[in-house]
Amino acid sequence: MEVPQGLKYTQEHEWIRVDGKKAVIGISEFAQDQLGDIVFVELPEVGSQIDQGNPFGVVESVKTVSDLYAPAGGKVISVNKALETSPEKINNAPYEEGWIVEIELSNEKELESLLDADAYNEQCKNEME
Amino acid sequence: MSQITSSSLKTTPLIDIHKELKGKLVAFAGWKMPIQFQGVIQEHQCVRDGVGIFDVSHMGEIEIQGPSAKSLVQKLMTNDIDSIKDNQALYTLMCLENGGVVDDLLVHRFSEDHYFLCVNAANTEKDFQWILKSAGSFDVTIRNNSQETSQLALQGKHSEILLQKLCDVPLSEIRYYHFKKAKIHNFTGIIARTGYTGEDGFEIYLRGVDAAKVLRSIFEVGKEFNLQPIGLGARDTLRMEMGYALYGNEINEESKPFEAGLGWIIKLNKQDFIGKEALRKQKDAGNSRRLVGVRLLDRGVPRPHYRVLKNGGLVGELTSGTFSPSLNTGIGLCYVSPEYAEAGTKLGVEIRKLNVPAEVVKLPFLSTRVKKD
Repeated sequence: MEVPQGLKYTQEHEWIRVDGKKAVIGISEFAQDQLGDIVFVELPEVGSQIDQGNPFGVVESVKTVSDLYAPAGGKVISVNKALETSPEKINNAPYEEGWIVEIELSNEKELESLLDADAYNEQCKNEME
Repeated sequence: MSQITSSSLKTTPLIDIHKELKGKLVAFAGWKMPIQFQGVIQEHQCVRDGVGIFDVSHMGEIEIQGPSAKSLVQKLMTNDIDSIKDNQALYTLMCLENGGVVDDLLVHRFSEDHYFLCVNAANTEKDFQWILKSAGSFDVTIRNNSQETSQLALQGKHSEILLQKLCDVPLSEIRYYHFKKAKIHNFTGIIARTGYTGEDGFEIYLRGVDAAKVLRSIFEVGKEFNLQPIGLGARDTLRMEMGYALYGNEINEESKPFEAGLGWIIKLNKQDFIGKEALRKQKDAGNSRRLVGVRLLDRGVPRPHYRVLKNGGLVGELTSGTFSPSLNTGIGLCYVSPEYAEAGTKLGVEIRKLNVPAEVVKLPFLSTRVKKD
């Protein structure tokens, strides 16, 4: 299961890629595998505020509904519109074309509470047991 | 995304094969069953376009044998057992005195005094007890063979040609809702031309101890047909596209079978059966609700218990709902009052407080390709 270095992760299986004040958010390879075929994504409005630890959207697979939790707070500056017609991009490339939102971070300190790739990988292994 | 760790779950003799095939195992009706292998959508299409195989060993098998077998089965079932001959199967309900549904099931007739029933996994023990209780002084033996019986469902248009390679009986002679005792890869079983997908195919009953060997041989000859293992996830999307009722969702001990569109398997003109008077009254009173298909007109995935609206007011609740891989849209089943049951009626399905436009469609959502005579 791919867990790229350099990203930060939540216990709820979101990842965040930070670039200065901006950050891109998506769900992990492990998460998309657990969910199965993703058929619907509910995205937040551009310009809206999302808060760390709170739901900001929804992904639905054929079998289940799962909330998306914000790894960090900030203003949504863009959303991946392509997911509205091709939600399967999350299954196919969760860290690339399957990204979900881009935000402008409110407080970079929030990133300190997130997991690094090794810690997150460990958590996934435990959940697989 | 929680993992099932309960060790009290029953497993089928095929669990090792499911693990080898990387099936995702979940708890279902007290069993540890594969919900998916490659992915629900891909598995669904595999059955619609070619052929797939399901382990449905969780289903229950109950055998009724003896001089009074036919009268007992006739007393238990709403459909007319006189309408089938040897080696024929019949879809029927078993009802309570008040007309509530104990289970929906298949009756298979070996002979006038020998039958076997295929019942829902979650109801197996309840059904068995109900049959024992109803049998009273009937001269019959009733056996619950569910533990030692496995069941495979081979479904899709290539089913016959594939299975024929392993079978000693001409499968083309087994017509829809008929069955035969046969040898499959030298193991004795029962092959019935039945299914829960809307495609042509077979349900195969085997001794549990033989099931793994038979399944492996089916995979072996299935290679040239791109046969794939199919999980319970696709079983649900396939049956929902056909509008087939699922016990526990569309029907239960409180539901009214005529409202569920199951009047065709209730024969009020046959001799007495349990529930007959109550069902006659239901029929005379007419339906206050009807089960209809609902199709979303916008993006979204309807789920069981989502509210169904008309002009903002509540008119029903989904009994089933899913994403339809064949139609690439959300579909569901719902009881509504007859005034909203006409195909084309515009409704809404409430998804996370949003009223998503939907319309009533005639069932099935997809036309069936079973091999009818």
